[in-house]
Amino acid sequence: MPNIFALHQVNLTLEDKPILQDINLQVPTGAYLTLTGPSGSGKSTLLRVLATLLTPTSGTISFDGKPQADYPKTDYRKLVSYCFQQPSLFGDTVQDNLAFPFMIRKMDFDENRARQALQSVDLPESMLTAKITSLSGGEKQRVALIRNLLFPPKVLLLDEVTTGLDPDTKAIVHQLIETYHRQGITVIAVTHDETEVAKASTLLRLVAGRLED
Amino acid sequence: MQNNLIVSPTALTLAVVLVMIALAINFKEKIGLEHDLVIGVVRAVIQLTVVGYVLTYIIRVDRLWLTALMVAIIIGNAAVNARGRANGIPHAGLISLVAISVATLLTLGFLLIAHAIAFIPSQVVPITGMIASNVMVAIGLCYRQLNAGFHDQRQAIMERLALGADQKQAAITIVRSAIRTGMAPTIDSAKTVGLVSLPGMMSGLIFAGVDPTKAIMYQIMVTFMLLGATSLGSVIAAYQAYPQFFNRDLQLR
Repeated sequence: MPNIFALHQVNLTLEDKPILQDINLQVPTGAYLTLTGPSGSGKSTLLRVLATLLTPTSGTISFDGKPQADYPKTDYRKLVSYCFQQPSLFGDTVQDNLAFPFMIRKMDFDENRARQALQSVDLPESMLTAKITSLSGGEKQRVALIRNLLFPPKVLLLDEVTTGLDPDTKAIVHQLIETYHRQGITVIAVTHDETEVAKASTLLRLVAGRLED
Repeated sequence: MQNNLIVSPTALTLAVVLVMIALAINFKEKIGLEHDLVIGVVRAVIQLTVVGYVLTYIIRVDRLWLTALMVAIIIGNAAVNARGRANGIPHAGLISLVAISVATLLTLGFLLIAHAIAFIPSQVVPITGMIASNVMVAIGLCYRQLNAGFHDQRQAIMERLALGADQKQAAITIVRSAIRTGMAPTIDSAKTVGLVSLPGMMSGLIFAGVDPTKAIMYQIMVTFMLLGATSLGSVIAAYQAYPQFFNRDLQLR
């Protein structure tokens, strides 16, 4: 299986503080890679580097056989989708959020697709017109997740997306991620959740900015 | 009763009593603005006295280049002041200069072409000052709103970028809000003009004995002119300033 990501000697320093050090990593296409480690060890930072939301100070990253830097950022981020730990929803309604992926692709909003997406995470279709202020934390997280998945990416970067969710919601989110993973999407997840750790095809531990062997 | 308002040096000196009242309130209520108040009064007296003599000279010699130079000085000063309100937005000086120049000169040009004013210093210089100062305030508000928006909505912008948005798609709600904020005072004053405020220019003309209907027509023109200029200035400044919040890698600075 070819590698979707290949990182070579990646370092990141922010305000003179080394955050990532000498990261060498190969991620096979279709893998389910789980990243664990203590708080402040650089897990989220590594995901953000993979998402091009941060640029490494040195080292090289290749994505799908080409240097990451060669991709136009807007194209790349549609292929490598980063989900935040505590997502913020846009605008006023759920529809504002689900219309956004269509808007940035200059496509008309497909309401049916959005309704199906809501159902896929056990949310009622009628929620499309709901105000975002009326949603619970779990509902917000699910809306944010399907916002990332309306146009399936090649890689899904999950930054502790199930933290703080109740067990039922966690199970729904796990099921959704599993469905997309089975379809061939590579998943790289930062987590402390034991269920997620257990299902990882590859488990990596980051300590003080370095990957442990 | 005199028809033409003439403020004598004695009357002006007596008006200092009003400043003393403001100062007394400051001391009594411990507001802490005495220093700024005194500096403001001294600067106003010096600046207006100097400008009075300069304007008298410019109007008397009536030279094209001198009028143009005065217009350039007003625009330059407005840009320097607007930059001061940018709170670190890169290239804010140049952006302010472009926005204020374009908004002021286009509006001025339109008024000249429409023969609403003549290219004589007594008309061009005050109108330039009026337009440039209003655009300067609008741009300052735009910058403040941009800074607040990019600060408060930092994560939302990062999420839009992470979804594959370009910088305009990621920031457009903040840009629109900044333009709205920049234009709001001019629109509010257009809504309340005559009901709440009797603008300085119109009042001045009526004070000076001009027929009120003519003064009002002039004020209508000024209101339209300021609406156009502040819209133009806010749009130019907001659209040039928001990309400064992103780096080359389409990340937030």
